[in-house]
Amino acid sequence: MADTTHSSTGLSPAGATLLQHYRSQVMTRRVYTILVVAGVLVALLAAMSYANSANSGKFFERLPYMFDFIKNFMPRDPLEIFRAMFGLESPYFDGSAKYDYTSSNIYLTDTIYIPNFIYQLIVTVNIAVVSTIIGGTFAFCLCFFAATNLVGAGAVRWVVRRIMEVMRAFPEIVIAGLLTAVLSIGPIAAIAAVSLHTVGALGKLFFEVVENADMKPDEGLKSVGASWLERVRYAIVPQVMPNFVSYGLLRMEINVRASTIIGAVGGGGIGEVFRLSIGRDYAAQTYAIIILLLVTIIAIDQFSGWLRGRLVGNASLNFGKASV
Amino acid sequence: MSAISAAERARLEQKFPEVFKTSFFKRHGLIVGIAAAALYLVFCWFFFNVGPALQNGKWDRASIYVQDWYSWRAQPRLRFGEDGAVTAQWSSRGQYPAGATIDWLTPHDDGSVTATFGSEADRLDISTTQVDVYINGEVWPVTITGDAAVAPEGVPAAIVQDRQKVIVDYGFEGQAEIRANQVAVQRRFLGWANFLYDTKSPLWGNDLFSSIGLMFSGDRVNPEMSNAQYVLNQWLNNQAWQHADILVKLFQTLVMAFVGTLMATLLAFPLAFFAARTITPNRTTNWMMKRFFDFIRSVDMLIWALFFTRGFGPGPIPGIAAIFFTDTGALGKVYAEALENVDDKQREGMKSVGASPASVNRYGVVPQVLPVFVSQSLYFWESNTRSATVIGAVGAGGIGLKLLESMGTNSDWDKVAYMVLLILLVVFLFDNMSTAIRQRLIGGTGH
Repeated sequence: MADTTHSSTGLSPAGATLLQHYRSQVMTRRVYTILVVAGVLVALLAAMSYANSANSGKFFERLPYMFDFIKNFMPRDPLEIFRAMFGLESPYFDGSAKYDYTSSNIYLTDTIYIPNFIYQLIVTVNIAVVSTIIGGTFAFCLCFFAATNLVGAGAVRWVVRRIMEVMRAFPEIVIAGLLTAVLSIGPIAAIAAVSLHTVGALGKLFFEVVENADMKPDEGLKSVGASWLERVRYAIVPQVMPNFVSYGLLRMEINVRASTIIGAVGGGGIGEVFRLSIGRDYAAQTYAIIILLLVTIIAIDQFSGWLRGRLVGNASLNFGKASV
Repeated sequence: MSAISAAERARLEQKFPEVFKTSFFKRHGLIVGIAAAALYLVFCWFFFNVGPALQNGKWDRASIYVQDWYSWRAQPRLRFGEDGAVTAQWSSRGQYPAGATIDWLTPHDDGSVTATFGSEADRLDISTTQVDVYINGEVWPVTITGDAAVAPEGVPAAIVQDRQKVIVDYGFEGQAEIRANQVAVQRRFLGWANFLYDTKSPLWGNDLFSSIGLMFSGDRVNPEMSNAQYVLNQWLNNQAWQHADILVKLFQTLVMAFVGTLMATLLAFPLAFFAARTITPNRTTNWMMKRFFDFIRSVDMLIWALFFTRGFGPGPIPGIAAIFFTDTGALGKVYAEALENVDDKQREGMKSVGASPASVNRYGVVPQVLPVFVSQSLYFWESNTRSATVIGAVGAGGIGLKLLESMGTNSDWDKVAYMVLLILLVVFLFDNMSTAIRQRLIGGTGH
């Protein structure tokens, strides 16, 4: 952009100095940019080679195995995937667990049943929804005490924000692991772990929304002598509620994924079933779960996206921020 | 102020219908929503069997596990020998080196042993025939018969006769189980045992200050290396705490997040230009690119992680690949949205002077979106530092797997606490770092 083809001959002395300064600044800027980019690239390469040496199999050695794995990891016929998905009997059933799709089905009556994978999926989705409700409720109660415009910049705000930070950063598997040791494997550990993280993550988003709220209604209520609680209830909450619900829905999308992962490390649900089936090379079951998960996640994303669009315009939302 | 007249009220209602006649949803939406959520939670209480699960929980163990986070237990077995001597027997995880003098466990010349629990008033005088239990200075002699330990009548609640053994509870300080042939003592102390050096290290017994003193003192403990190096070496090779291993695993987790996010950024950047409808005016390309992003974003990170763990074996590579795949989709989507919202004036300016399409994008678009892109990537980096821990636990390695292993033993909760502290520290560090970079990039507190 700086490459002006005219030489400085046609310029006044002041103009020439200006151009010179401009060029030297552009130069400095470019040098810095190049240095930063080079630094990041060097760090990337170093990190990659470190990762390669730390891995149990080297990348290029294992790449052919990876392709072999993909090639060989095929069900005996495509219909097997659907049999596994819906808990139908397999023609290849030989008593082994690999082709046993029926024995884990949940029978509601003698003939009506919920296929095992779909039941596990329901468990996982419910974990996510429950965690979002519990976490959202606590985040809602906490966020007003972290907002500068409501409690000032004093000790309360500091303490509440630090609590949220710790909840956000606390590794979920530790909570899940501790509760698993006490309550044995089950969804409660997953709910507790995901909820706790949700409190921290949503709390941060919530108090940022509260801080951006219009304070005129608050002043109006203050002028007629409303208490702090009344001001929050009638001046702030109606303003922020659509954004809160919208962030809550976004969090629910993320929590579905989180509860799948937590499930794999002891929370039960579809995550655990998936880890077992891919670990034991049950191709048909693995693909069935992948398809089910994909469909569910896309459906939930679409639904919540539609609902969010109705509540607030999409523009006010920031995807990346919410995923933190 | 006087009351409003009926006519005035009617006029107001007429004039502002949106205030006085709101929809049912607007008036009762909150209450209905809360009621529905409460009903749903009740349903889930039964669906997940929360009640029975809580009832069957091993809550006594839970308190021990939680205490293990910030304190440690010494668990010697004081065995009664044939010759009337009481000898302390430590398990392989014992916290004292052989022959160490232990201030709370004093052997006497006659073969008996005294174990104190915090003060002289709370102690056990253990001989092979009788154990004198002191609680608050009062003595309760427990007699050892051939096949049982028998507590005297009228003992306080802290002493419990359980069939053939007697259990003495000193609260946090510990407890003792007196049997016919041994006394199993459990003594609890605040802090982490042998955090600096393990029992086999020649430096065992040094605390932090004496270690620092040693680092700067003249005489070499080990002639082969300087004292500072030696202290560090002994600390890293602490077998009980495995500092070196834990730090390496933590570093692996960080590498996973860093490489995964950066590679996803580098790939999502060009792809987003094809997905943005304002940049590439080809509906088919836009649509296909966006569905591609949706697909790899929607396949769970868990699926990618397990999939690549099968392919590449445990280690950082599957973790990197999982983060890379998921985030290419997520970042691509975010980037494409940012590109579709750019200000068109700068592009038009570039076009009006006859710039090539590449130049239009380079000078008309990139300067606008670059700060947003970098800031989004930094957000993802932060969040991936956290998710890399969980991904690791699933099989990708790193600190997550280490955490899972330590929790699996149910006796390494102090190590778990140590790792959690390290993770919290690193996450806070990275949060502040990326916030600082973001603020310099876009100014102010961000969005």
